[in-house]
Amino acid sequence: MDPVLLARFQFAMTVGFHFLFPPLTIGLSWMLVIIEALGWKKKNEFYTAAGKYFSKMLGLIFAVGVATGVVMEFQFGTNWAEYSKFVGDIFGAPLAAEGVFAFFLESTFLGLYIFGREKISKGVHWFSCLMVAVGATISAFWIIVANSWQQTPAGYIVQNGRAELTDFWAAVFNPSTVIRFLHTMDAALIAGAFLVAGVSAYQILKNKQAVIAKKSLHVAVIFGLIVSLLEVFPFGHEHGRQVAQTQPEKFAAIQGLYTSQTGAPVALFAVPLDHPPTLKAPIEIPGLLSWLAFGDVNAKIQGINEFKQDEVPPLFLTFVSYHNMVILGMYFILIMLIAVYLLYKKKLFENKKILKLFVWSIPLPLIACQLGWIAAEVGRQPWIVYHLMKTKDAVSITVGAGEILFSIILFGIIYIMLGSIFIYLLVRKIKQGPDSVTGKEALS
Amino acid sequence: MIDLNITWFLLIGILIIGYAILDGFDLGVGVIQLFTKDENEKRVNINAIGPVWDGNEVWLLTGGGALFAAFPAVYATVFSGFYLAFMLLLTALIFRAVSFEFRKYSNDPKNKKLWDLAFGLGSLLPSILYGVAIGNILRGLPIQLTDGKIISSITFLGLLNPYSILIGVLSLVMFTMHGAVYMTMKSSGNQQENMVGLINKLWIAFVVLYLAATLATFFSAPYLFNSILGNPLFWVLIVLLFVAIIYIPVGLKSKKFGLTFLSSSVMIAAMILLMALSLFPRLVPSNINLDYSLTIYNASSTPRTLTTMLIIALIGMPFVVGYSIFIYRVFKGKVVINHDSY
Ligand code: HDD
Ligand code: HEM
Ligand code: HEM
Repeated sequence: MDPVLLARFQFAMTVGFHFLFPPLTIGLSWMLVIIEALGWKKKNEFYTAAGKYFSKMLGLIFAVGVATGVVMEFQFGTNWAEYSKFVGDIFGAPLAAEGVFAFFLESTFLGLYIFGREKISKGVHWFSCLMVAVGATISAFWIIVANSWQQTPAGYIVQNGRAELTDFWAAVFNPSTVIRFLHTMDAALIAGAFLVAGVSAYQILKNKQAVIAKKSLHVAVIFGLIVSLLEVFPFGHEHGRQVAQTQPEKFAAIQGLYTSQTGAPVALFAVPLDHPPTLKAPIEIPGLLSWLAFGDVNAKIQGINEFKQDEVPPLFLTFVSYHNMVILGMYFILIMLIAVYLLYKKKLFENKKILKLFVWSIPLPLIACQLGWIAAEVGRQPWIVYHLMKTKDAVSITVGAGEILFSIILFGIIYIMLGSIFIYLLVRKIKQGPDSVTGKEALS
Repeated sequence: MIDLNITWFLLIGILIIGYAILDGFDLGVGVIQLFTKDENEKRVNINAIGPVWDGNEVWLLTGGGALFAAFPAVYATVFSGFYLAFMLLLTALIFRAVSFEFRKYSNDPKNKKLWDLAFGLGSLLPSILYGVAIGNILRGLPIQLTDGKIISSITFLGLLNPYSILIGVLSLVMFTMHGAVYMTMKSSGNQQENMVGLINKLWIAFVVLYLAATLATFFSAPYLFNSILGNPLFWVLIVLLFVAIIYIPVGLKSKKFGLTFLSSSVMIAAMILLMALSLFPRLVPSNINLDYSLTIYNASSTPRTLTTMLIIALIGMPFVVGYSIFIYRVFKGKVVINHDSY
């Protein structure tokens, strides 16, 4: 078997599994910042009870996030040694900065937040929750810096057989960092809002501590509507424009634009075929893509046919994942709009249909995140560092296919186990519901 | 003259020392968990490290990131060279990381036992593997420089040589003892007495193993002693190390548990500094030809990156130290179990 293919599969599997947890950590910790603040400032014990309940859930999510993140930190050295040597002068710094500025912060204060409730004042306790959220956000920033540099390298010069840093700030704020950070952060906030909304909806449906759950659902839908709107516009839109300008092959692939066109259309629906590249049964809006990307309905957009055929990304996967992410984005806005309308009409808590829909929507933002990353990362192929280094030249030359296969099987088994136990425990925690505020603690 | 490369050699050393002292004691507590029977004592063990273990592990992650940034060739060569050993280490760290929460939420005592085992083995294995890795680095690895490319021919079985295994056992005993010393501050009554008894036994084993390891190093890696015997720093560290080792049983006897923990920490720091001093300026010696070794000069990033990283470290680390001290003070003293506990 081809070691390059195996190494890619292994990376995709481990990072994809890892990335199920960071969005929940980030999103839930910011939700808790709000909920705990309401409990503290309004002296409202229902909010405090909700905070306590969700903070335990955060502990569980965080633990699996840590366990899978540790693997990522060393993966570049074990599997991508040639890559590490080539980019180390630039890529290592953000990883180290993430440790110094973020991981210490979030893990230290999480300990204080979860175990310190009775040892520190309410203010310090809220502050420790805030620091967890800030830490998780800084962590997202630095790892996105590293990833964005691979996508749109800047601030470097290639000499001595490697990329060497010439301008730190240009490398950090390369053309895709800011928008990718905003888009990914906001995706995490959506994931947090849907988690809180879904769990609260379940408690209301089962009438378990429904007073508490109504408070958290209220917060979640308002917050959720705002972040869902922002995700599509401006963040999604700007991200698309950035890709059109900096990675035209990827843009053509995710949009399904196989021949160059002026007045290029947006394909709302189609089935992409690889050989020859065509869209089957497309439903299109003419001119819209040119307008979205360059602000002009007649702008010319390069199609796949204009690039070297061995330097374009896989077409099917990129198109399908990108389009499904966008569809999910529209769905999030829709359901949150309906919910906020019902809340305003004071009918949300009685509407069983929408409550059920919320319960089943808990995993959808995570799916959208995975699809987004697939579009971004597969769309970068065959480059590991865009237009600088090919993925096939990046693997560890001293690691054999057998060893990689072994680790794929090993981590595959471990992750299936962890995933199942995690879901089992999470579902049980959801079914159990928050402790009542009368002071009688249920078994935890 | 201390240049940038030497500075980064020192800073990585500090990160490793921070990791060994801090995560060292919670790895040790994990090993002790394997031999603890009483459920209450087990909970005391877990909760003694519960709020802090993840922060401690971050020293390792930051060390990894810093190594990547400052000496990418070392990061790439060692981690890909130690591939299977590394996968084993990661497996252990994964199970260890989830064991706390998973144990907490298990209702069935049988499952709790299983997660205790995961916590225990997840601590035991790294404690040994770190030693084995260091042993192999001290001995030198089969790396070669051809046409400016680093070619290594490290095999998994090659890593399991008697010398490195000896160092592995030494590090296991050292971390377990360090964890037991930590537990004397956190537990009381019977449990505390047991810890004192355990430390006295481990101490003897440690001294014997340390002498054996030093002797073995003379034969396995004589080059390490080439230049340091005339270095006054070497002798200062040796004296510090001996004082720290000897104080451990003395401090225990007079029930000065805090000071005993301090001396156990100093002991670990001195050992690592001695090793760093004898390796310097090499990071990964080659046992094919010492001239092929990866050093702080031929494996480093550019001065610009090293400077940038230095600024990052100088801005960030004071905060880290500050709030770490804060949290240790909040959780100071004996473990009290309440409903937030594991
Ligand atoms: C957008 C954000 C984001 C992205 C793209 C990634 N992660 Fe992550 N990671 C986080 C956001 C995050 C987090 C929110 O900060 C986590 C989740 C749970 C946690 O403990 O922190 C985390 C945990 C986490 C940890 C454990 C930290 C600890 O012990 O506290 C490590 C070592 C990494 N990650 C490393 C990586 C690497 C090398 C990635 C690149 C492929 C990666 N993560 C992708
Ligand atoms: C956390 C969310 C992420 C997900 C879900 C994700 C997803 C993927 C996927 C699916 C692949 C396989 C692409 C292919 O082989 O065709 C991949 C490859 C890769 N990604 Fe990401 N990615 C993520 C974040 C990152 C980040 C933050 C970095 C860098 C810091 C990164 C660096 C890489 C590298 C080095 C590869 C392997 C080489 C390659 O195939 O290009 N990824 N990722
Ligand atoms: C209409 C809505 C959306 C648009 C136009 C949009 C646009 C984009 C584009 C163009 C990319 C690719 C960036 C690249 O290739 O470098 C991307 C990636 C991504 N999207 Fe979206 N997106 C939308 C909705 C969403 C939603 C709802 C989520 C999750 C809740 C999401 C999560 C992500 C993630 C995690 C990535 C990968 C990281 C990145 O490159 O930013 N997106 N998005």
